[in-house]
Formats: sequence, structure tokens, C-alpha cells
Amino acid sequence: MEPVVIVGSGLAGYTLARELRKLDSVTPLTILSRDDASFYSKPMLSNALASGKSAAQIASVSAQQMAAQLGANIIADIEVEAIDTASRTLRAGGAAIRYSKLVLALGADPIELPLEGDGASEVMRVNDLAAYARFRAAIEGKKTVALLGAGLIGCEFANDLATAGYSVRVVDLAPRPLGRLLPEAAAQRVQLALAAIGVVWHLGTTARAVSRTASGLRVELADGTAFAADAVLSAIGLRPRTQLAQCAGLKVQRGIVTDRLLQTSATDVYALGDCAEVDGQSLPYVLPLMQAARALAKTLAGTATPVVYPAMPVVVKTPAMPVVVCPPPAFPGSWKLQQEAGGIEARFEDQNGKLLGFALVGAATARKQALTKVAPPLIG
Amino acid sequence: MKTWQCVVCGFIYDEAKGMPEDGIKAGTRWEDIPADWSCPDCGVAKADFEMVEMAA
Repeated sequence: MEPVVIVGSGLAGYTLARELRKLDSVTPLTILSRDDASFYSKPMLSNALASGKSAAQIASVSAQQMAAQLGANIIADIEVEAIDTASRTLRAGGAAIRYSKLVLALGADPIELPLEGDGASEVMRVNDLAAYARFRAAIEGKKTVALLGAGLIGCEFANDLATAGYSVRVVDLAPRPLGRLLPEAAAQRVQLALAAIGVVWHLGTTARAVSRTASGLRVELADGTAFAADAVLSAIGLRPRTQLAQCAGLKVQRGIVTDRLLQTSATDVYALGDCAEVDGQSLPYVLPLMQAARALAKTLAGTATPVVYPAMPVVVKTPAMPVVVCPPPAFPGSWKLQQEAGGIEARFEDQNGKLLGFALVGAATARKQALTKVAPPLIG
Repeated sequence: MKTWQCVVCGFIYDEAKGMPEDGIKAGTRWEDIPADWSCPDCGVAKADFEMVEMAA
């Protein structure tokens, strides 16, 4: 029997493999990875410094251990070059690999900001453990880090680096950090709390150039400000990896398009995680991935199971001002804020007062579970 | 009292604090948390949830 082949060994690929093995311990399973295929917690990358963890300590389980645990054939350091859906064959590392069912868990690429200057190639991006190890090596013994992007990952890194004693500057075109997730007053709390631990904000502007200097890098902003930095980390967003799927003729929009069974436009080819656009939604967070992995495992084991997305709160790990946000779906509505001493509870309600989403900041994050229970599902 | 961290998402469970909002009283030890409990941040079930004990 040809194996089920999973391309990708991130949280999506490995969670699917684990869920599948609970239901089916016999079907041959092959996992292909472009990195060393060790299992690690990606959400920990942006708060490892303060918790005293090195990149090596985050890699909790080796590929060999994962292979033994999962009863899977894991091939590390291999690039999949092409998929031929007609013959159910992959070409990877120059060899042909046949599959019975194929799962694309390819992840996403950090978006690159076009920058001028001879230091532009020094700008780092972190979306996997190897890149994180390079970033840690680059900032070892250094003092100042510039972050491009004040979204979820940018804010988490800013908090982590500032707590670890770095001098941190954050640049974003938006007027507030987490501007796409939070209402104004809530975003302001995060901005002030991070400023209080030393983060310097450059908001409403963007980096124009990064150049090399004798002692490090110099960042120039569009508003004319310039400052020195030992390292520049870009965290302005993720773009689903779709090229392989597109070349194979699969339907691609923002992500690899799937239906609620996580099936792509090709028979027996599925996608999940950051590379997928499930029923029109591209959600690069842990909870949607877990829901998708559980549903897909059942489908692959023989019981077609559409994915259900309940209300899925996203935790922003900024200990200086913790945030939980359950982004409202794209329905008309407005934020209703309840300000309190230690935080803010913001409810996004429709015109009839029905809760569609919420954002909790500071002490109000304690009400995460209570609000999640009453928030509507994204895909019911 | 110990502190535990979810290997998948980094969620920290502090036995001393418990999770009162989730019905888990302060002082509840990890082994006393029901088997059907799942990580509030990533949804991994307790059974899969290889909690690692953090250094004190």
C-alpha cells in the first residue's frame, strides 16, 4: 500500500500524524521535512529569551524520536520539487515518492519589506527554529534590536527582548501596536505597557533603508528618523506557501484552497495549517490548526469529517500587558469597551447586542473562558 | 506546588494559582486535573499534553 505522505513537520504536520495514529496505527505514513524535522513549539520562539531557553532547548523531540513515536518514516532535509496529482507522485530530492493520500502542511513565509541600503540583506526573519537560532546568535552579547512590525509576533518579540535587557525599537506603519486585532483603547494599553518596560515605538511610519556601519546597522525611517541597531528583525506578517500547490495545478487564493474536509481542488490531496485557506479562511494560529488536524485525521482514517471552528481565542504573549483576542468575523458591528483599573474588556457586538468577538487586555484576560463559551463559532 | 508548561504552545500551568475561571481551584496538582481537560491555549488534550516541569 502506498503511504499517506505529509509534507511538513511543523505543528500542523506532526499534530495530524499524532491524531491519525490514534485512529489508524497500520497505514504507512511518510513525513517529509525541509528542516531537521525535530518537533518544537513555534509559539515559544517569541518568548524564549525571558524564559531562559536557547534554540536547542526549544527543540524538544528529535526526528528519530518522532519517527519511533509515530511509527512513521520521516525524511529530513528534503525539498519537495513537484507534485503530479494524476500519477499520485511527488518528486523530492530527485527521487519519486508515491502517495495514496497527500497532505500539504507547508507553513508560511515571512513577508519581506522592500528596503534600500547595503544592510537590507542583514534583516532577519524568524518563522522556524533554524532561523530563530541564527537570530539568537546574532543578538548574543549585543544591546539593541529593531523590530519591523508591531503585530502579534512583533509585540511578543518586543516584550521578550525588552525583558531580557535589550534596548528595543519597534517600527510600524499602523498608528498602534496590534492595530488590526484590537480596538484603539486596548491597543493603547499594550503600547503604554511595553513603553514602560523600555520599548521605543516608531508608529505611523515605515523603515526605508538599512545600511551597514562600522559598529552594526543603521535604520532609516520614512519620517526621517534614523537610529543604530545591532540587529533588525522583520515580523510584518506571513504569506501562505502556495507555490508548490500552484505549480501542481491546485486552486490557490490567499492560501491553498480547501473545503471543510481540508481537501484541495485535487482528489486525495489535502492541506492544513498556515498554508491552507479553509472554507475561505486563512488563520495562522494554533487552535484552528488543532481543529483541522483532528478533523482531517478522522477523514484520512475513513470517516469523512468536516472541520468545525468554534470561537478560537488568540493569546498574545506579552506579559507586560497580556492580551487575548477572539477576532470577530467580517460582520457589521462595533466595539463596546469596559475599562477597568488593570485592563479592558472589549466586546464586538452586532446591532442587536449579540457578541461576535472580543478582546481582553490585562486583568480582563481572566475572563477568556467565560467569553469564549458565548462567542459564536467561525465555521459551525 | 509545581509549575508546568505545555510543550506545544508554551502555556504555563501554575499549580499554586490553578485556573479558577476554568473551574480548577488554586492548589490543584497536575495529576489531579481531569483527563478530559485540554490546554486552554492550544486545545491539546491532557493525554497528549506532554507537560514539562519547569525549573523552580
